[in-house]
Amino acid sequence: MSIHRHQFSRRSILAGAAAVGLTGTLAACGGSDDSGKSSGPVKLTYWSWAPNMEKVAAIWNKKNPDITVTVSKQAAGKDIVSKLITAKKAGNAPDLIQVEYQSLPTLVSNDVLADISKYAKSAKSEFAEGLWAMVTLGTDAVYAIPQDSGPLMFFYREDLFKQHNLTVPATWDDFAKTARAAKKALPNAYLTTFSSNDPGLFAGLAQQAGAKWWTVQSGGKWTVGIDDAATKKVTDFWGGLVQEGVIDNQPMYTPAWNNALNKGTNIAWVSAVWAPGVLVSSAPDTKGKWRMAPLPQWSAGESVTGSWGGSSTGVSTDTKHAEAAAKFATWLNTDPEALAALVKEVAIYPAATKGQSGSVLTTPEFFPNQTDFYDTAAKIAATTAASAWGPNVQVAYDTFSDAFGTATKAKKAAQFDTALATMQSATFTDMKKQGFKVTEA
Amino acid sequence: MTSTPLKGSDLTAGPLADGTATSVRPRRLPRRGRSAPYWFLVPAVLLFAAFTVVPIGYAVWLSLHKVQVKGIGLGKGARQQVWNGIGNYTAVFEDSEFGHSVLRAFGYGLIVIPTMLGLALVFALMLDTPQARSAKFARLAIFLPYAVPGIIAALMWGFLYLPTVSPFYYLLREFNLPQPDLFDGGNLYLSFANIAVWGGTGFNMIVIYTALRAIPQEIYEAAKIDGASDLKIALRIKIPIVLPSLVLTFFFSVIATLQVFTEPMALKPLTNGLSSSWSPLMAIYDAAFLRSDIYGASATAVVLALATFALSFTLLRISDRYTREDRA
Repeated sequence: MSIHRHQFSRRSILAGAAAVGLTGTLAACGGSDDSGKSSGPVKLTYWSWAPNMEKVAAIWNKKNPDITVTVSKQAAGKDIVSKLITAKKAGNAPDLIQVEYQSLPTLVSNDVLADISKYAKSAKSEFAEGLWAMVTLGTDAVYAIPQDSGPLMFFYREDLFKQHNLTVPATWDDFAKTARAAKKALPNAYLTTFSSNDPGLFAGLAQQAGAKWWTVQSGGKWTVGIDDAATKKVTDFWGGLVQEGVIDNQPMYTPAWNNALNKGTNIAWVSAVWAPGVLVSSAPDTKGKWRMAPLPQWSAGESVTGSWGGSSTGVSTDTKHAEAAAKFATWLNTDPEALAALVKEVAIYPAATKGQSGSVLTTPEFFPNQTDFYDTAAKIAATTAASAWGPNVQVAYDTFSDAFGTATKAKKAAQFDTALATMQSATFTDMKKQGFKVTEA
Repeated sequence: MTSTPLKGSDLTAGPLADGTATSVRPRRLPRRGRSAPYWFLVPAVLLFAAFTVVPIGYAVWLSLHKVQVKGIGLGKGARQQVWNGIGNYTAVFEDSEFGHSVLRAFGYGLIVIPTMLGLALVFALMLDTPQARSAKFARLAIFLPYAVPGIIAALMWGFLYLPTVSPFYYLLREFNLPQPDLFDGGNLYLSFANIAVWGGTGFNMIVIYTALRAIPQEIYEAAKIDGASDLKIALRIKIPIVLPSLVLTFFFSVIATLQVFTEPMALKPLTNGLSSSWSPLMAIYDAAFLRSDIYGASATAVVLALATFALSFTLLRISDRYTREDRA
C-alpha cells in the first residue's frame, strides 16, 4: 500500500492543495450573525493533507491576530472523507477542511459542509465558471472555495517522438495511430498505459467526452448516467487499444511503472498539470526530455479538457466561527499573497484565474525545454469541461478499480464494457439502497 | 472466588490440560482483605471495558442500523440513522463477494499453514539434533524474517514479484526460462503464501523448538539404549511430545489466515488482478473506510468475528479430544 499511498498523496497534494479556501457558515445559525464575537482571538483548526500548508497559514496568522488558524496534517483526500464523516458524527469536525472536488457532494450529503454563500458569494468572479459550479453543486449554496485544479494534458517524450517520427496527436484518432506507430518503432515500448488504479483519470477523460455521471433533475431526483454514450465512447476506445496490444495495461504508481517512464518504455502519459512533480521522482533520468501538449480531442478543431484531481476549502457545520473561517478560506484561495505562497510552498496549480497567469508560476524545473509551460497550461485550463459529481463517488471509484482491474488484466475490450456496466449498476444500487430518489439514465 | 492451587505438573498445562487438578477450598481470608482482589482487578476490567467491550458493543449496535436518505440527500436532516434489524446481516450472507473472500482466505490458508508449520517443525527438529552445527546462527537466521514488519516484508516481496524491477526475473530472462506472472489468478495465492511463510516460519519454529528443549534428555538416552535411531526418536518421541505446541501454532495460524490483510493490501496497488475485497478483512476495510458504509462493515465484522470464534472453539474441542486420547 505504501508505495501507492506515497505516490498518490504526492499527486493529490499537487492536485489538491487548495483546501484552505472558504470559510463556512454554520448551517444551524445560517441567518444569525457569527457567534465568534466573544473575547480573545478566534481559534480555527484546518484539516489539510498538503505539505507546507502551515507556512501559508502562518502568513495569515501574522496579519490577523484575531483569527488564528492551526493546520492539522491529514492523509490523502481519499481517506479524509470517512474520517470527516466520523468526526461530524462525534460533533467535533474541524472548522476548515480540504476537500477534493469529487467528495463535495458526499460531504454535503453527510451534513459535514456548511453553506457559506452568505460570506463567500463574492469570490465567484475569481474562478472559471466550471470550477465554481463544482463548489455550488449547481445550487444557490456555496459549499467550498476552489483551491487548485488539475486540467488534463498530454505529456510525451519529445526526444523519442522526434527520433521515431511520431506525431503528437491532436485527436484521439491520431492518438490511436501514434500508439500503433510507437509499438512498431519500439517493440518493447508502449505509448502509455491504461491504469485501473486511479479512477480520477478515467473520470476526467469521460468528463472531456461530455459525460455527466450524476445529475439532479428539477423534480429533486438524482440521475446516474455512468454508462452514458460519452463514457462508453471512452471505454471502447481504451478497451480496443488495450486489446490490440498497443496500449499497456500495467497500473500507475508502481516501481514497474516508474521504471517504464524512466527507461522510456512508456513514452507518453495522459496526465494533469501537476505531472512534472510526479515525473521528477518517477523518471528522474528524463529531465528536459518531456513536453506537454493539449489533450487529444474527440473532433478535430475542438478544445475541451477534463480534470484530474484538485481540491477546495470548505467550512464544517460544526464550527462556531463560520464567518471567520469563510474569511480565511476566501483569503487563502483568492488573495495574491496567499496564492503566491501556495504556489511556492505547497506547489499547487491555483484554481483562481489570476493565480494562473502571475509571475509566481515559473517554468517547472523538470521541463526546462518548455518555457511557456504555464502559459499553455492556463489556456488549456480555461477549456475544462464541467464535471458532475454525486453523493457516492467513492462507491463508483471503488467499483471502477475492481471491475476495470479485471478487464485490463484480461485485455478484452468486451470486458471493458461489462466493467462500465458494473460501475453503473453498483453506483445506482448503492444510492437506491441508501434511500436517495434516483433513476438511471 | 475460589482459587485453585496448582500442582507443579499443572503449571505447564495450558488450555489443553486434562483437568486432573482437584480444587481445594481456600482458607478464609480476613474480612478486610476480601475486597483486595477486586481492587487489583479494577484497572484491567476498566481497560478491557473501554477498549474491548464498549467498541464491540458499539459495532454490534451499528450493525443493526442503517442510513436512510430523504429526497436527493443534500442539506441538513436529509440523512438519518434508522433501525435495520438483521438487514445488514442478511446482506452479508447474500453478498457472494464476501463468501468468495472467505473461500480465498481458506485457499490461502491451505497453502500457508501446512507449509509454514511443516517447515517450522523440520527446522526445529534439525536444530534440536546433537549434530546440528552453528545452531545458534541458524536459529537466528530463520527467526529474523519474523522481526521484519509485515508491511515492509510485503512491499519488499512486491518489488521482487514485478518483472521489470525484480532481479529474479532478470535471471529468468538471461537464462531464457519461463517468466510466470506472479500476480495472476492462482499464482496470487502462492505469492501471498510465500510472504507469510517467509515471515512466519521463524516464530513457529521457536515455539516448537522451545518445547523440544524442555524434553528431559534421559528419555533420549533410554530410547538410544533401546536402539532407536535419530529419525525414530524424532517421529516417535519428539513429535508426540511437542504436539500441544503444534496445535497451538496451528490455531494462531488459522486465525491469522482468516485475518489476512497486510500482504494483499500491500500488493494491491502493484497489480490489476487483485480486487479490493480479496480477503474478508479487506472487504470490511473497503466498506468502512472507502465506501463509508460503516453499518454494513460492522455487520460483516461481527460475522467474521463470530465465525473465527466458532472455528477456534471447534478446532480446540477436536484437538483436545485427540490429544487426550493420545495421552491415555
